[in-house]
Amino acid sequence: MSINFDNALGIHPQALALREKRGEILASNLANADTPDYKARDLDFKAVFQQTLADRGGELKRSQSGHLASQHHVLGADLLYRNPQHASLDGNTVEAHIEQAKYAENAVQYEASLRFINDDFLGLMTAIKGE
Amino acid sequence: MSSLRIFDVAGSGMNAENLRLNLVASNISNANSVSSSIDQVYKSRQPVFAAELKNIMDKNNTASGVNVLGVVENQAPPIMEYNPNHPMADATGYIYKPNVNTVEEMANMMSASRSYQNNVEVLNTAKNLILQTLKMGR
Repeated sequence: MSINFDNALGIHPQALALREKRGEILASNLANADTPDYKARDLDFKAVFQQTLADRGGELKRSQSGHLASQHHVLGADLLYRNPQHASLDGNTVEAHIEQAKYAENAVQYEASLRFINDDFLGLMTAIKGE
Repeated sequence: MSSLRIFDVAGSGMNAENLRLNLVASNISNANSVSSSIDQVYKSRQPVFAAELKNIMDKNNTASGVNVLGVVENQAPPIMEYNPNHPMADATGYIYKPNVNTVEEMANMMSASRSYQNNVEVLNTAKNLILQTLKMGR
């Protein structure tokens, strides 16, 4: 009998990876809040998960490091552009307050996923120890 | 761990805003430095930011930091003032004042310090999350 981490932890490790990626993207948006012509970007959580669950059939595999990466794909989903509420003169579409809210939201979601994984691990530990 | 990239990104943002703040300080402190020639007068200096191109081109590399391309001098003409009694006045009686707009610079300063704060917050949050991740399973 062996412990299968994929079964034990379910979808949470993937969720954690996605939150981490999204955190990077949102941090990059905030860092470039004053960069002319920078376009704010984001991931669609739903799209990523549908892609993950549907056995990633559409994605091309890279068998050699020299192969070009498939365009736009992060964890099997498109990286989207944000639609700004207000246009700015320098072509930058970052709205700091919105990005901040999204970043905070993402941080909380990351913690939630982390908590799920932690609890799963604690459950496994209890099972192993048999106490 | 790839999420350490977040530190690079926020760090580059802080670096850029820091430079901007420095230039604002330089502009404001030199706003009243009078010169007797149009070539020697202080010109307002502004930073040029750009997103890191290589990261934008590589679609798998999602986060892009801020690249500081350089500092440009404002090409607006300096302010000429007819003041023949001024010790720095040139032969025709003019003195030259920098083309620094103090009000603009103050607004610039507020914006830079806000953006800097944003980056610090991002950095703090990311640090906390990573520390929690390292404690996973305990």
